[in-house]
Amino acid sequence: MAQTLLEMRHITKEFPGVRALDDVSFEVTEGEIHALVGENGAGKSTLMNILSGIYSYGTYRGDIVYNGNICKFHTIKDSEAEGIVIIHQELALVPLLTIGENMFLGNERGKTGKIDWDETFGKADKLLEKVGLHESSHTLIKDIGVGKQQLVEIGKALGKNVKLLILDEPTASLNDTEAKHLLDLLREFKKKGMTSILISHKLSEVSYVADKTTIIRDGRVIKTLDKEKDPFDEDTIISAMVGRALTDRFPKRTPHIGDVSFEVKNWNVNHPVYTDMKVCNDINFYVRKGEVVGISGLMGAGRTELAMSLFGRSYGTNIHGSVFVNGKEVHLPTIKSAIDHGIAYVTEDRKGNGLIVSQTIAQNTTAAKPSKISKHSIIDFDLENKLAAETVKEMRTKCSSVFENVENLSGGNQQKVLVGKWLFADPEILILDEPTRGIDVGAKYEIYSIINQMVAHGKSVIFISSEMPEILGMCDRIYVMSEGKIVDEMDGHEATQEKIMSAIIKSGKGA
Amino acid sequence: MSGTTSLDLKRMVKNNTMLFALVAVMLLFQVLILATDHGSLFAPSNITNIINQNAYVMILATGELLCILTGGNIDLSVGSIVAFVGAIAGTLIVNLHMNVYLSIVLCLGVGLLIGAWHGLWIAFVSIPPFIVTLSGMLLWRGAALIVLNGLTISPLPDNYLSIFTSYLPATADKGFVFTVTMTLAVICCVAFVLLQSVSRINKKRKGYNTGAGGPFIIKLVVISAAILIIASLLGQHKGLPVILVILAVIVAAYAYYTQNTVPGRYLYALGGNQKAARLSGVNTKNVMFFAYTNMGFLSAIAALACVARFNSAAPTAGMNYELDAIGACFIGGASAYGGTGTVGGAVIGAIFMGVLNNGMSILGVDANWQKAVKGLVLLLAVIFDVVSKNKKSSN
Repeated sequence: MAQTLLEMRHITKEFPGVRALDDVSFEVTEGEIHALVGENGAGKSTLMNILSGIYSYGTYRGDIVYNGNICKFHTIKDSEAEGIVIIHQELALVPLLTIGENMFLGNERGKTGKIDWDETFGKADKLLEKVGLHESSHTLIKDIGVGKQQLVEIGKALGKNVKLLILDEPTASLNDTEAKHLLDLLREFKKKGMTSILISHKLSEVSYVADKTTIIRDGRVIKTLDKEKDPFDEDTIISAMVGRALTDRFPKRTPHIGDVSFEVKNWNVNHPVYTDMKVCNDINFYVRKGEVVGISGLMGAGRTELAMSLFGRSYGTNIHGSVFVNGKEVHLPTIKSAIDHGIAYVTEDRKGNGLIVSQTIAQNTTAAKPSKISKHSIIDFDLENKLAAETVKEMRTKCSSVFENVENLSGGNQQKVLVGKWLFADPEILILDEPTRGIDVGAKYEIYSIINQMVAHGKSVIFISSEMPEILGMCDRIYVMSEGKIVDEMDGHEATQEKIMSAIIKSGKGA
Repeated sequence: MSGTTSLDLKRMVKNNTMLFALVAVMLLFQVLILATDHGSLFAPSNITNIINQNAYVMILATGELLCILTGGNIDLSVGSIVAFVGAIAGTLIVNLHMNVYLSIVLCLGVGLLIGAWHGLWIAFVSIPPFIVTLSGMLLWRGAALIVLNGLTISPLPDNYLSIFTSYLPATADKGFVFTVTMTLAVICCVAFVLLQSVSRINKKRKGYNTGAGGPFIIKLVVISAAILIIASLLGQHKGLPVILVILAVIVAAYAYYTQNTVPGRYLYALGGNQKAARLSGVNTKNVMFFAYTNMGFLSAIAALACVARFNSAAPTAGMNYELDAIGACFIGGASAYGGTGTVGGAVIGAIFMGVLNNGMSILGVDANWQKAVKGLVLLLAVIFDVVSKNKKSSN
């Protein structure tokens, strides 16, 4: 029996007005992969921030016992000295420095004041080999993809003699292949005796890689499941997470499908920088009133590019093709013209492209359609607050008031504000790009319900997602996209993951 | 009810920390000035002086704030534009004997064109504002020297000077001046109270939450009292400076524009998150172009006021004005990253700097020391603001 590496005992952490963690205890055994799951705002990140010293000793109650000693970490340096390394969801790499420089940033090789570059890059190359990344350590971070960057972060952690590696949503922005590579890497390290804690929303990953899973809800530990002894399937974990058995992950809906409301013919888009590269290649598709149409495909298939190029040419160059709204051809040269024609695009990148997080919920909600709250460009603040409050209520956003800044909300609630912002714009055609990325099961369900409400009112929804179960669960009709082309179209009831995958694979062979 | 009143009061104090800091600094100087027997900061002539000395900073700070809102972008060229437009004004009016009003219109046009020149490169060619306006700083200073051939044009005709430097009412009768000034002030106060009350009643009628009554009344009383006190001081001197009226109109218009209109809100959206603003249908390039074109326009107004105040058009005019204006914005709570800040804050920041200058001059502080103190105070004010905001968010 392996010994306990880490024990967190009766941890309680309070923020003004909120108890984020309430008497949380959990144990990690040496050499295991321990998954930590829970809804957004359940307290996972807070717990990890306490463990890594971001919230210093004294700001919480309870003890951290590591290797049999009670630890009092005041900074990240303290915890790293003990071999505890945390890799955050938002990567901490400097884009314009090389892989080697990044790997030893803050942990420089050489004597005081003089960096030994030969040692730095030599060791970096060895670490790259360990994580299975075939890149030179002289490559700049900005020139490699997110998946590879994630591996660099892990290499960086290895360079610090890590004993306990904490990964916060490491696969959130990776495609399936990259994610699998990363998870396999964790399993390999486990064989060599490394211990890891994995925070993830992707339960399939958790059951694939974890030995134990601790479920946190509302700041408390609900239970710890052991792969050897307990049932370890997704449904068990989900019901523990949300506190109820989730019989149906997708709300039911009887479709009432009408005429074609939006149609795209021979749509071609080139890459904005590499202008010879075709990103969307002769695309034809349509959506009807009251219909949810899914666009499935792997990362990089051109789905976001298609959506953004349609939305007022906000992406790409050399765009040509025709767009029809309710049978009439329209020209949408600017985003404003697209909004005026009733098209809304909910971006996949809510913080980067979607919300102004330093502004209030009210300001964000009305941003895309200020004409609804103003007369002759003069804003009626009372009307704005009233309408924003209505949207908040409709979206069931958890907040103290519409004057709260968006940055203070949890990820799921921010997503609701973003979707609410575009519902406020009264769209006829709503394009949702990965609307449930990085949000918890409960919030996902509410977003799905909103989609159903939209189509019940005769609107059209274009649903882009990399998660096949939700595409299959939500859509009436599915287009499969691969390498900039629509390669297949199938009925929502007949579609399966296998059919979609085989359509993608076949298209690759044919080309 | 009393709970919400005290909460509203707390918020009022927190949102106006710089205003309180300004009042504190004024009182501090007053104590020092009285103690050292140098007269009084609140002497009627001195209040008039502070207004005349700082009007141009406030005008420039208003324009600079719009630029800063778009994302912490500053305009370094304003001092040089002041010199160049001033040089043109001097040449047209004094050397070429052109009609004064026509000259003013031409000068404002030149300001707009200069602003548009900067805006063009910044907004549509994406050259960083720092570089474009640094170029402008050198270019327009050089242009001013070329136009003036390195010399100073002076004096200007009275009909020009009177537009910017005269007083209302234009008479020497002390009693009459005081009566008219106070009457104007009372009209202002009544109009202000009426407007505020009507909007509050309308709010109530439509069933919106109006907030507690106590802070509302306090706000009315404080602002009215401030107007009346300043007016009574001005009335004891020469009356209402015309430049104050011009300033009030500019500040009120831009405060309304930034706070209450859709294009004003676009400035904040752009500074908050440019990509999100663009994907919300905001034409971000036009917003950027507007901010810089407008800065050129306001620089031209400041230039005309400066020429009148110094009764000369000099190639060295406007030296370091950009720094005063930028400093005023940051003291007034604008964020160096854009997206936050108000015109009112920038004006308070400008007055803050102005009072500091004025107070130290009265006390006879050496000019070299004055510079050093101002530099430190700029940093202290921003530290104070940042720290108090951090406290606010953690509460």
